[in-house]
Amino acid sequence: MTAGDYHRLPREGLDTLVALLVGRGWTVVGPVVRDGAIVLDEISGAGELPIGWTDEQDGGSYRLRRRDDEACFGHVVGPDSLKRFRLPPTLTVFSARRGPDGRITMERQEREPRRMAFLGVRSCDLHAMGILDGVLHSGAAPSASPDETLIISVQCGEAGGTCFCTSMGTGPRAESGFDLALTEVIEDGEHWFAIEVGTPTGAGLVADLPVRPATAEESQEAAQRPERAATQMGRTMETGDLRDLLMGNLEHPRWEDVAARCLSCGNCTMACPTCFCVEIADTGDPTGAEAEREQRWASCFTVDHAYLNGGSVRPTTHSRYRQWMTHKLATWWDQFDTSGCVGCGRCITWCPVGIDITAEVAAIRASDEQGNAS
Amino acid sequence: MSPETLLDPAHPLTPRMLPVLATRRETEDTFTVELDPGERLAFAPGQFMMLYAFGTGEAAISIAGDPAEAGRLVHTVRALGPTTQAICAVRPGEVVGVRGPFGRPWPVAGAEGGDVVIVAGGIGLAPLRPALLWILAHRERYARVTLLYGGRSPEQLLYGDELAAWRERDDLDVTVTVDVARADWRGRVGVVPALVASARIDPARTVAMVCGPEIMMRATASALTDRGVRAERIHLSLERNMQCAFGRCGHCQLGPTLICRDGPVFPYAQIAPWMRVWEL
Amino acid sequence: MRTLDALLGECPVFTGLDETTLELIAGCGRNVRFAAERHLFREGEPADTFYVLRHGVVNLEMRVPARRPLVIDTLHDGDVVGWSWLVPPYRWAFDARAAEPTAAVALDGACLRDKCREDPALGFELLQRFSQVMVERLQAARLRLLDVYGDPRVA
Repeated sequence: MTAGDYHRLPREGLDTLVALLVGRGWTVVGPVVRDGAIVLDEISGAGELPIGWTDEQDGGSYRLRRRDDEACFGHVVGPDSLKRFRLPPTLTVFSARRGPDGRITMERQEREPRRMAFLGVRSCDLHAMGILDGVLHSGAAPSASPDETLIISVQCGEAGGTCFCTSMGTGPRAESGFDLALTEVIEDGEHWFAIEVGTPTGAGLVADLPVRPATAEESQEAAQRPERAATQMGRTMETGDLRDLLMGNLEHPRWEDVAARCLSCGNCTMACPTCFCVEIADTGDPTGAEAEREQRWASCFTVDHAYLNGGSVRPTTHSRYRQWMTHKLATWWDQFDTSGCVGCGRCITWCPVGIDITAEVAAIRASDEQGNAS
Repeated sequence: MSPETLLDPAHPLTPRMLPVLATRRETEDTFTVELDPGERLAFAPGQFMMLYAFGTGEAAISIAGDPAEAGRLVHTVRALGPTTQAICAVRPGEVVGVRGPFGRPWPVAGAEGGDVVIVAGGIGLAPLRPALLWILAHRERYARVTLLYGGRSPEQLLYGDELAAWRERDDLDVTVTVDVARADWRGRVGVVPALVASARIDPARTVAMVCGPEIMMRATASALTDRGVRAERIHLSLERNMQCAFGRCGHCQLGPTLICRDGPVFPYAQIAPWMRVWEL
Repeated sequence: MRTLDALLGECPVFTGLDETTLELIAGCGRNVRFAAERHLFREGEPADTFYVLRHGVVNLEMRVPARRPLVIDTLHDGDVVGWSWLVPPYRWAFDARAAEPTAAVALDGACLRDKCREDPALGFELLQRFSQVMVERLQAARLRLLDVYGDPRVA
């Protein structure tokens, strides 16, 4: 089977799928409603999905709303992402002990490998995972996740209020990178899923599901969903010469403008599925007998992120916002040969003041083209 | 762990604890610490290690030792914070953690066949020392070799005996200056960049290696380009907040570059545009 | 024995001046020698004579009560010692002392000032050249003010 080759899975087939995965020892992580948001959590059955819920997203705004149908995936991405499964928010690197004779013993913390099945992964997040894996695999010490991973993607049928995956070339249709992809169809009183197979593992799963090949009409129904979503994007970003545009406008007055609004809270970096900065934190006990090193999520928005004996290289919000945006959209290319942004819109939604990265780019582009850039 | 490096690629954030062989006070706040790497350690001049003070923290410190002496790992450290203070306070028999070596080294091979001018300010002489020792050990591969070195005052100059020995050599042009001195100082008083104007170099075939406070490096690079040394042949060693040291944590970025991986040694032509952007 | 104007022409501050001008300036000059430790001039003295070093080392020093003198600059072959002859109140701001046996050309500042008044073009030329020296010394002094080798944790 190839992607785009659809099979039809009845609504209850989703329950079967989750039960199958759980039964085979997979930890299934999917979207759930909690604390007024749709977040990722371990589920034991398809009933725990956000059935009948959707999200309304805009700059600095996120609300859940009841749908008038029972869609399981009638929403887009929430504040968290698969990032924390690939790059844990905190991780103990080693614990060490110094004995009375001065000898030091170090205990490296090894992570137990898990079997993780991710359900409901959108195309933008699939791309984000690829980008993050690229970062983690780069350089002198490439690291691969010890986990066995299974991806069940969902093809978006509705775009979110802050989505711009089409601008970034990351969706809404997931073309590859999944074991299975689901397209939810609720039409003419029927509720079913079109299922695409991406890998032999996915094929193996489908073999145990109550599927039949989709008809031509059903296939068209399914294929239309992401096409429709592509026309509904909440935002757009012109990316043509973006790297050169931003690196050629490092002294643009717009940075001061956004700095006046930005709280330097770092929400964007926490919500972003590709931000990967970590801090290496060493601690010890007052007697000098024990020590520990932790790796923790960090944000370039903190003043001490760029601390250098005596002060910060980026003491102003101006320079820190510029660092974040130019890294994400421009210098990520220099470092990792790809954009760092997947157009998921999280940074726009979760910014307390609604700063919109697409609007910032447009503003710089506008005055640059008029030749007014400083 | 490969015997040639002290970095386990499978556990790149875990240091190896090495015994202290000796320490020596260079100035009031600067010490040279010698560690026993246990096995043959290969490093290139200009590379750095992450030194770990147990329970306190890590600091990126350039290797200051002789590349030919693989049985000792030498660093010159200035005590500026809890980690470096702890490292400066170690005694023989105690241990210091290390990870590395990291970074892009000085272009000692690329400089062969021409003149070399080494310009050091303050503790900037430490990262340049391995390059100078390498060049002196392969002296016949280079034409004229010049060392321009300066510090705040005579008491703050490093490597006193070795510096005196270098000055005795007739295959090495050494000029030392200090910012200010007492009248019993028998040497030059003035800033390091000002030494460039009268250095005996042929700009067309000179490679310059510069290390010191950033202001001093900028002024020196300016003086070198004023004399006609091309920006591609001037190399600086930069510093930023380093934590992982292998390009993973995101802290040491300067524009498109990661100082730990693309540097710390950079050709001035490559890095100058980024150095000029304020708070980049 | 080379002529004074030839010697002056070799010093960077006068390099490029034509033969006539160099002779004019040489007319205000004479060869001098200082033994080691001898002062060229002292702080507060009238700045009528300035020097262009041919060979040797001169320390610029400030004397501070209860402390040994501080050397704030050392000058070497080809360097100009002193520009206070050019600007009022024509007084030296520090001591200049030969650190080793030094040969120099002493130039009569008052004499040169008169010649510059008669020939403004010469005046402008010299002012430009000495301004260059001052700018370089000022820049170096500013670099030292920054205390680049100081403890970076101190704001």
